[in-house]
Amino acid sequence: MSRQVAVSAPGEVRIPRASPSLARKARQQAVAPYLLLAPTVCFLAFFVLWPMVRALLLAFQSTAGTYTSASFHTMYHDYQFMPSLKNTLILMGTIIPIEFAFSLAMALILQTGLRGRQFFLYCWTIPLAISDLASGIVWLSIFTQNGFLNSALVDLKLSQNGYAFLSYQHKLSLFFVVIVAEVWRSSSLIMLILSGGLQGIPKEYGEAADVFGASFFQRIWHVTLPTLKPSIRVALILRTIVAVQVFAVVIALTGQSLPVLGSQAYYWYVTYQNANVAAAFAAVILGISILSSAMYLTVLRTPAGVAGGGR
Amino acid sequence: MVHRRWLSWWAVTALTMLILGPWATVASSQSSQAHAHASALTLVTTQFQPITEFADFQSILASSPAPTKAVYLDAGTLTTQLTAQEQTHNVKISVIAGLHGDFPPFVAQGFLQDLTPLLKSLKSRAFPASIVKLSQYGSKTKHYYIPWMQATYVMAINKKALKYLPKGASINSLTYDQLIAWGKAMMKGTGSPKIGLPAGPTGLLARFVQGYLLPSYTHANVTQFKSAAAAKMWQKVKDLWAVTNPQSASYNFMQDPLQSGEVWVAWDHVARLINAATAQPNNFILVPAPIGPKGRGYLIVLGGMAIPKGAPDVKAAEKAITFLTTPYAQINTLDKLAFFPATGVKIPKVLPAGIRLEANAVSAQAQSKVSVPSLLPIGLGGQGGAYSKIYTDTFNRIVLNGDNIQSVLNDEGSQLQGILTQTGAACWLPDPPSHGPCHVK
Repeated sequence: MSRQVAVSAPGEVRIPRASPSLARKARQQAVAPYLLLAPTVCFLAFFVLWPMVRALLLAFQSTAGTYTSASFHTMYHDYQFMPSLKNTLILMGTIIPIEFAFSLAMALILQTGLRGRQFFLYCWTIPLAISDLASGIVWLSIFTQNGFLNSALVDLKLSQNGYAFLSYQHKLSLFFVVIVAEVWRSSSLIMLILSGGLQGIPKEYGEAADVFGASFFQRIWHVTLPTLKPSIRVALILRTIVAVQVFAVVIALTGQSLPVLGSQAYYWYVTYQNANVAAAFAAVILGISILSSAMYLTVLRTPAGVAGGGR
Repeated sequence: MVHRRWLSWWAVTALTMLILGPWATVASSQSSQAHAHASALTLVTTQFQPITEFADFQSILASSPAPTKAVYLDAGTLTTQLTAQEQTHNVKISVIAGLHGDFPPFVAQGFLQDLTPLLKSLKSRAFPASIVKLSQYGSKTKHYYIPWMQATYVMAINKKALKYLPKGASINSLTYDQLIAWGKAMMKGTGSPKIGLPAGPTGLLARFVQGYLLPSYTHANVTQFKSAAAAKMWQKVKDLWAVTNPQSASYNFMQDPLQSGEVWVAWDHVARLINAATAQPNNFILVPAPIGPKGRGYLIVLGGMAIPKGAPDVKAAEKAITFLTTPYAQINTLDKLAFFPATGVKIPKVLPAGIRLEANAVSAQAQSKVSVPSLLPIGLGGQGGAYSKIYTDTFNRIVLNGDNIQSVLNDEGSQLQGILTQTGAACWLPDPPSHGPCHVK
């Protein structure tokens, strides 16, 4: 975003026959973007950056306030730490590709001249309006012991007593249920970002590919995906950060049976009454978010000057 | 050009609003706060979560001479709010009414006032000495809360389960072995496990291990943590779990699966069973917890009322606390909310059916000859949560994950010792008294 502004500002300076008043105007215009950004920057600094720094400090403090790494030591030796880290990474690694494939398909369908696509768009964005805890509860009513799915299975004589999808004994089905609920909940967000990006791609590129006899998948692979890269990057960064923090859906559906980093931070704060270890868990979440964002930014970089580079 | 000037105007206006906005909010909240002072004090409670119970609590408070506005906050949110209020010297909470286990973080950070003078003025209430001692959290002279109400844990039994009761077993003096045999019989007879335990995220299973299982098998809850008797007990717990509904891992309040018929026999906090007993008093019976080789371990739950330092209106807060210890408030708390008096008040003979079931079970549990009463931890400072975590983790690792019993006990036992050494807490009942920190043998 900021690059866009920086590129357009020098462009404006190339006004022919600069007079003193024009130069002043140019100076004002150079300041204008920063003025416009200032409220957002202030807001973020005050309500996001400052609490984040405080939380990070808390992770390196003891309950008495002295600086120590004891919280990280406690966290590492908690028998739930490794399972929760593993589960979080597994969820990230499965939810994101599935969701991305779904969203891309949905965005492409919206791009075609399909009849009634407006209707689909409305349906697909319904989950966006529902909070994550609420969507967890919706899926709970489907998958719980006496839920909709089991009653259907029993009524259709496919099962005698239903299947305990959410039992701690069935790790695979726990993962399955959380993945389904998460994909349902946030595919539409990725879809919106991707279809925004798709609309910015000039039609001529696709037509050119058609002229050269490209098949549908060749077109997607060689034209659509590369030009969509900036949107993909934004979507993946956003989605990954949310995936590392996965919490409410997991708590609602599995309770303590599927520990993840987010739920452990919660239990350390609320149940075990230790804000410092909770902050250490939060620091791990922050670390993973930063690493994955940095990775996306490097891997999915669009070389400067490539057409369609700016969204 | 005109367009751009507008943009700058917008930017300036937005900045001004951003700066003025929070100030305006603070100013208005201060004026509304001043108004609130004149009308009612804020009492925050961590109890009575179902809205109907909360309404009952409010109806009791309505008779308080100091107008009181009750607010429900879960323990975590309360910690966040009080910490923020204390750190900004802008305390808005006048009374905290919570459980013994809710206060340790506040005691550790010095957020609570010493209520010894108030306690002395309430001498006529005849608080039991053992309870008053708990409110000191290991301090020699200070008392951090005024006792408010008590409860305990019992078993609720659906009458349908009685026909599977093993021969020779009596529901009022059931042993853990008989409970396991009973579970097996019910599972065989009905096709599904009918025993339930509150092992969900907010269930009170840690208390079952601390106050019921360990004292019943080892006559201790700390010193014998990794003993052979404890290892034997955990083997029994695994046997019990084999006939327990696996959904127990997600049960928090046993009254719900009891009422739906998912389980027939369940152990829980009386306040988390009472809805089943009051809704269907003819279908349920409440009985004391089972007996182990060393007797019947049981735990007392205690609620207290504290005043934070810098509270807006201490005099009114003391009035509200005094009111909640009156016989009127204490009996109504039993009648409507199923919590027993923490004072010496006499319990009336006429009670609603569900409460009567509960009162009988509670007195049978306390008066039995084999009883091994446990106190809540004393002197653990801010480590009360970490202490409970050890018992929950031990259960999860041994019973749910199937890890080796003795190696888990050794590992968790050394963590338990770490907490005891760090806080310097001496042993408490039923462990024998210790000089210096309690020691896990």
